[in-house]
Amino acid sequence: MNSLRKTDLIMLVFGVALFIVLQGLITGRILNSFWQLNLIILCINIILSVSLNLINGYTGQFSLGHAGFMAIGAYVSVVLTTNFHWPFLIALLAGGAGAGFLGFLIGLPTLRLYGDYLAIATLGLGEIIRITIMNIEYVGGAAGFMNIPHNTTFTWAFFLMLATLFIIKNFVNSTHGRACIAIRENEIAAEAMGINTTKYKVMAFTIGAGFAGVAGGLFAHCFYIINPTSFTFMQSFNYLIMVVLGGLGSITGSIAGAFAVTFVSAGLASWPEFRMIIYALMLILLMFYRPQGLFGYIEITDFKIFSRFRGGRKS
Amino acid sequence: MDFMQQLVQQLINGISLGSIYALIALGYTMIYGIIKLINFAHGDIYMVGAYIGYFSITMAHLSIVPSLIISMVVTGLLGMLIERLAYKPLRHAPRISVLITAIGVSFFLEYTSMYFVSPTPRTFPAVFDNIAYHFGPFIINGQQMLIFGITFILMVALTYIVQRTKIGKAMRAVSFDTETAQLMGIDANRIISITFGIGSALAAAGGVLVGVYYNSIDPLMGIMPGLKAFVAAVLGGIGILPGAMVGGLILGVIEALVSGFVSSTFRDAAAFAILILVLLFKPSGIFGKNTREKV
Amino acid sequence: MTQLLKAEGVSKSFGGLKAVSDFDFYIDNGSLVGLIGPNGAGKTTAFNLITGVYQPTKGNIEFDSNSIVGLKPYQITQRGIARTFQNIRLFSELSVLDNVKIAYHSHVKYGLVEAVLRLGRYFGEEKRVEERSMELLRIFKLDDKAQEIAKNLPYGAQRRLEIARALAAQPKLLLLDEPAAGMNPQETQELMEMIRWIRKEFGLTILLIEHDMSLVMGICERIYVLEYGIIIANGTPGEIKKNPEVIRAYLGGEA
Repeated sequence: MNSLRKTDLIMLVFGVALFIVLQGLITGRILNSFWQLNLIILCINIILSVSLNLINGYTGQFSLGHAGFMAIGAYVSVVLTTNFHWPFLIALLAGGAGAGFLGFLIGLPTLRLYGDYLAIATLGLGEIIRITIMNIEYVGGAAGFMNIPHNTTFTWAFFLMLATLFIIKNFVNSTHGRACIAIRENEIAAEAMGINTTKYKVMAFTIGAGFAGVAGGLFAHCFYIINPTSFTFMQSFNYLIMVVLGGLGSITGSIAGAFAVTFVSAGLASWPEFRMIIYALMLILLMFYRPQGLFGYIEITDFKIFSRFRGGRKS
Repeated sequence: MDFMQQLVQQLINGISLGSIYALIALGYTMIYGIIKLINFAHGDIYMVGAYIGYFSITMAHLSIVPSLIISMVVTGLLGMLIERLAYKPLRHAPRISVLITAIGVSFFLEYTSMYFVSPTPRTFPAVFDNIAYHFGPFIINGQQMLIFGITFILMVALTYIVQRTKIGKAMRAVSFDTETAQLMGIDANRIISITFGIGSALAAAGGVLVGVYYNSIDPLMGIMPGLKAFVAAVLGGIGILPGAMVGGLILGVIEALVSGFVSSTFRDAAAFAILILVLLFKPSGIFGKNTREKV
Repeated sequence: MTQLLKAEGVSKSFGGLKAVSDFDFYIDNGSLVGLIGPNGAGKTTAFNLITGVYQPTKGNIEFDSNSIVGLKPYQITQRGIARTFQNIRLFSELSVLDNVKIAYHSHVKYGLVEAVLRLGRYFGEEKRVEERSMELLRIFKLDDKAQEIAKNLPYGAQRRLEIARALAAQPKLLLLDEPAAGMNPQETQELMEMIRWIRKEFGLTILLIEHDMSLVMGICERIYVLEYGIIIANGTPGEIKKNPEVIRAYLGGEA
């Protein structure tokens, strides 16, 4: 069997085993509802950080608008489940498609911008999305959207997270992903190698926005009510912290970053100032001493132990 | 009130607000001009300025002008300290790393302030009796007069410093070409530090004036005005001082018109929409020139 | 012989400044042509015009009998023109192998869905890309460094990697922008052999900009000389060596 397929299989077996253990802990009531919710939030945060990493880390297009796309996914899916009684999964995918489509429309003109300009423009777009939602009476305006069915279970969150990881990992390891990475490394050289840089920037942005939409849908169905204030740019900064901490350009890093931020936030929920001061110092110290993040460009599958499992060299 | 009257009144409100944006935008644009950094923390420096003004008025019982000066000096020093500690070590790092650091500094200022002064908004004391001046059917109140006056004085002072003094010349040289300026014997680090000092002092003045104008300050008050001042700086042409002044005023007026005639909830959206339109159609802003990377 | 590349009356000005003017030249299919001239003569501008980085202010450029004016750089690469850069532009944080694999981009035959779900042609194509990339690296004596990070390679190896990467894009016409810059005489000698060899092996047409006269005179069949954006001479190395205009341009008005 092909060594790439073997790695995928090992990761799948590992993922399912992890799921069985965690689900066992939940069913056996060893994890209380607080930690249950945090496990679900962790899965959602992983989807968000990995998808943001595709844009910011792999493609090198610094976006701060992720919360806006999350909001689109959330609102589209809650309208479909609550008002139209669509099946949950279809509604989530529709939310993702909506967010992805908007990402495409926005990305096309915006991705001509570079670096910090793009950062501020995407931040602004995220806010425009949020403010627009706030002014739509149909979805409850500033008061929020109510009576959302509580559909998001750990199972949904976990397996959608696995699917996200599978798809984004495969994307970055394909010729399309290499095109995105080439853009990050040197846009002029990428173009000279026959890569349509606009197309791939928009593609990464669209895919990233789409997954943010799915995550937004999962997030919304954790609660009875959602509100535009859950999707401010401070949320986008949260995901940025995860990505920067883990490493711009490492999926493993984004998972670790999401893990750290989710549980630090949960642990320090009663001391919000400290939580933010810790993040602030962490960002500054990271940029001083380890700007590539904890994992840099390295993946867990790059470690020796995995090549032993596969019985071959890393490809 | 008929339409024309309301329009003029909104223009007056817009110019007051715009003057404050302009003060913050000047610092943004100076800092961007000199080290190509979007100082995300600039809005929070403005917040610190507002608090220092607040404490000099309430605890030291000073009147508005000395409080303003104290706030500008202390905040200016804070700006220089931040530059020295957080940005100087990253002088040769990728711009995105510096941007992330600036986001960190911004959080740090917001939440350490929150820890020390509590998240509850504070009522800024009324510094003088609120007199309303009537010009025909229009009303300009005392606070607005104060804002116009102080903003005008500060802008004249800044223009003088930048155009006429030795430090101003050095600032322009460093922002034009840091390396060459250094070869000419200019201590670029010192000039960058001074730029942060002046920029932060101007933001502090904006903070105190906003306290006087809206009577309320809180630790997160700097986030939105900070972003909007950036929009103003981009609108005028980033790195260009008159651009920041004009951009700030235009933005203030547009916001006042949007909240007066459309809906105040769209006020923030208007600013960001302007930003995106400017970046897409004239990224160099009203006063700027276009450039392209050399292959 | 057919003309692979033909430029007619091409001019480019920046603001008021004319970088190249009334540029007329052609490159025969299969030939090895040099472009020389003093610093600032417009050589790199000419490259940037051919590769679509700049658009000509006026004039026409034809490649394979089709006009390429108005095309984006990536479209021109896809039509069969690849280049290297004067100031090396590798994907410096990536491995040597990935640098080459990226350049196969336009020739990979699987779609987005096949890629993300790992279906169909994905595995076969990836294997093919990897094998062919390794082949190229072997030719350029970089195969033992395939997993190294590009920026850690010695200078000469980085130059070779840039050529290998350009070849991975499978061009008909290869543009080399000062390939010997910064190389010692022995490395330059090896590079000359290499250029001759790849040209034959890959059936390439090559246009190169070079400062190193021995390299240009040694391998080019025809040479264009640029000065102040104008072609002042064109001919075989023998003719160019004797051309009084060229001697004047290079030695400063003594002829």
